[in-house]
Amino acid sequence: MMADSGPKEVAVIGNTELTSAELDNNIKNTMVEIEKGTSLLRKMEISVAEAEKRTGKNTVNMQEIYTVYLIETRPVDALTEGITPDSLWRRYSEFELLRNYLLVTYPFVVVAPLPEKRAEIVWHKLSADNMDPDFVERRRVGLENFLHRVASHPVLCNDNIFYIFLTEDKDWKEMVYETGFQAKADSRLKAVNAAFRVKNPDGRFTELKHYSDELQTVLSQLLRVRARVADRLYGVYKVHGNYGRVFSEWSAIEKEMGDGLQSAGHHMDAYAASVDDILEEEEHYADQLKEYLFYTDALRAVCRKHELTQFELEMVALDLACKKQQKEELVTGTVRTFSLKGMTSKLFGQETAEQREAKLQVLEQQLKEGEEAVKEKNTESDEFVKTAWVDIERFKDQKDRDLKEALISYAVMQISMCKKGIQVWTNAKECFNKM
Amino acid sequence: MSRTIDAVVSPTQTNTIPADISGQMLDLDEDDDLEVFSKDSTLADGNMFNASMPTSPGSMVNQCKFEEDEESDSKDIFITVDNPESHVTAIETFITYRVLTKTTRSEFDNSEYEVRRRYQDFLWLKGKLEDTHSTLIVHPLPEKFVVKGMVERFNGDFIETRRKALHKFLNRVADHPILSCSEDFKVFLSAQAWELTTYKKQGPGFLSRMGETVRAVANSVRGVKNRPEEFTAIQEYVEDFSNKIGSLDKVTQRIVKEQKEYLEELKEYGPTYTLWSGSEEELAEQLKGVAGCIERCCKETEEQVGHLSDTLVPVLHEYVLCAETLKAVLRRRDNIQAEFEAKNEALATKKVDRDALKEEIDKLEDRVEWANNALKGDWGRWQRSMRGDLKSAFLSTAEKNVDYYEKCLAVWETFLLSQRTEPSEETDRDNTP
Repeated sequence: MMADSGPKEVAVIGNTELTSAELDNNIKNTMVEIEKGTSLLRKMEISVAEAEKRTGKNTVNMQEIYTVYLIETRPVDALTEGITPDSLWRRYSEFELLRNYLLVTYPFVVVAPLPEKRAEIVWHKLSADNMDPDFVERRRVGLENFLHRVASHPVLCNDNIFYIFLTEDKDWKEMVYETGFQAKADSRLKAVNAAFRVKNPDGRFTELKHYSDELQTVLSQLLRVRARVADRLYGVYKVHGNYGRVFSEWSAIEKEMGDGLQSAGHHMDAYAASVDDILEEEEHYADQLKEYLFYTDALRAVCRKHELTQFELEMVALDLACKKQQKEELVTGTVRTFSLKGMTSKLFGQETAEQREAKLQVLEQQLKEGEEAVKEKNTESDEFVKTAWVDIERFKDQKDRDLKEALISYAVMQISMCKKGIQVWTNAKECFNKM
Repeated sequence: MSRTIDAVVSPTQTNTIPADISGQMLDLDEDDDLEVFSKDSTLADGNMFNASMPTSPGSMVNQCKFEEDEESDSKDIFITVDNPESHVTAIETFITYRVLTKTTRSEFDNSEYEVRRRYQDFLWLKGKLEDTHSTLIVHPLPEKFVVKGMVERFNGDFIETRRKALHKFLNRVADHPILSCSEDFKVFLSAQAWELTTYKKQGPGFLSRMGETVRAVANSVRGVKNRPEEFTAIQEYVEDFSNKIGSLDKVTQRIVKEQKEYLEELKEYGPTYTLWSGSEEELAEQLKGVAGCIERCCKETEEQVGHLSDTLVPVLHEYVLCAETLKAVLRRRDNIQAEFEAKNEALATKKVDRDALKEEIDKLEDRVEWANNALKGDWGRWQRSMRGDLKSAFLSTAEKNVDYYEKCLAVWETFLLSQRTEPSEETDRDNTP
């Protein structure tokens, strides 16, 4: 452990008791920290080194097999080279818990997604089996990627719970629950309701929501089609393996053609075998796309939070307007809006002056509270929009960079595949020439 | 190649098309009918030779030479099959093909002939050639029907495939030193439609043909007793070859199928990138670039599949049919030997006119020798053709595949180049994966 171990306070941002000025300052501070190069990832090497199967009893006391992942951490420091890293084991569900905690605690952050829980969009060679070693391996890589994303995020990297997740084995779960984040979580129903009834959401968020829907649709389609293309390509290459077998058998009955056929057959076998590596590499590309497919959920979550805060603001403002209306009616004595009070007073006579005065007092108090509430909600909403939009811009830049690189690497893969093809068929051609 | 044949060849013979025979073909025109209805029916396993050819097997072989390398510059006959046309009559609809012949051979009256022939006519020609030269290897005709794929008879692809195969068939016959001397062949190439019909009507009558068939069946049931080792070896080879070529045919057709299915998926893949580009700003151009690359690769894939279908598939298919032809040729040879053996046995056991029987047996023995020599000679020739055809087809396929990958490589490299020449905007990159 380093001497200056991570921040001891619970995450600074998200603490709603801070004034907006302080919040601003905090953001500036974390940004400055990045520029100084002190994001967690730069201080610490983090890796998900291994995966292992364990058996244990689950919550209903039944035997289950699950996979655990080894998280290794080591300070980035020339002096500590060669020192064995600290490590602990975590299972997928703990990663999920961590992420949920982050989502609730930092609702304005586009939180990186976890890799698939179950293999969904696969081409036929990969089984949809969670215990399949290839799947487990790719999940391991995905989890490491997740940790790197969080550790390099300007805001999230400072979170204490995250730090402890990486470094402390015991009692992490209790600590997470103690933060009470589950209580802070917005109910799905509330969010859906707000999305439906909000009147004036910030246009940029509405646009972002549409974008994330579009991106989700197109990436899903792209991943599906790519998987089918991979499937077919696999078929084409593998059938050529039959040439290898038949050429070999045929060469046995031929004199002049025998040698040429035999060696051509070997090249056909090599061709058929080459597809495995090609498609394995492409899986990595598919995983990059999948990450951004899953990111769309995080984007939508931020938009939903905005809609919720905006909606709450609108509700509070509406309530205030209502109260103002009531006050006016009380003062002027006119009853413009239908109310039971109004009806009963009509039927049973007007109130006394004292009664009216008392009511006015109550209303005045309510109005004051209402105005405070509106001011608060306004600030909250503004802050949210500001901080969220900073992170969204960060995300957009990250996405453009990453996907640009992914597309380039895809082109490189295609080039490599073509070069292999040229080599194999040139060799085969020479063999055929000897026939 | 048979050494015995070489030994009897006249040293003055250098041409693959013996001038002597061509002279005789013309001379004996008027005697056609006589020869054809010859009562010497023991020689008729069909007629061994053309009506106009000398009846001695020995002299026949004398005049033809199976050359090791048949020089193409000695080619004196050029045949094309093209221009399929549909004909509709009250009874049926059928296709005819134009058969164009250009030749300097003296047995032909003219130097150029243009006739129209239908598939039935080709079938007739093949039948006649096989009847006359039962142990020579005649190149196969395309099949009557195509069962798989349920291609319609009048589908453009089917007609074109058939046309190419018919073209090849005639050219192979023309290249064959013995078959190309056939009178039937000459008539096929030169006769007008009505002339051909008349000519076809000649030939052994129905009863005579029945007799042949019965004898052939009887011979095959009897079986051959002392088949020479070399023919057994050939038979074994043909069995194996038939299996292998059949497998290759299936494998290749399967590759075509898989490739086509791959192409179908690929056609959907590119447009998805284009769709995506519609939602993006910074990435739009790049995504469109990728879409463009995939689309170009689609075109190349389509061309590659087409090449496979046009070049390798038909050749393999031809040789599947060849294998069947070879089996039939070997059977016929066996039958000829069986017939001789049967009569030979009869000589020992039956108390018949020994002299007459002896004469018959001698003729049969000659026939067996002739048949064996013909087959041996043609066998070497066939093997060379087979090697040449298959080598050429596989070579062409390999070349096309190299070409395919080279073109796709160029597509992606161009794309990559366009990406790398763009200035990188981020100078200090995060070590975010």
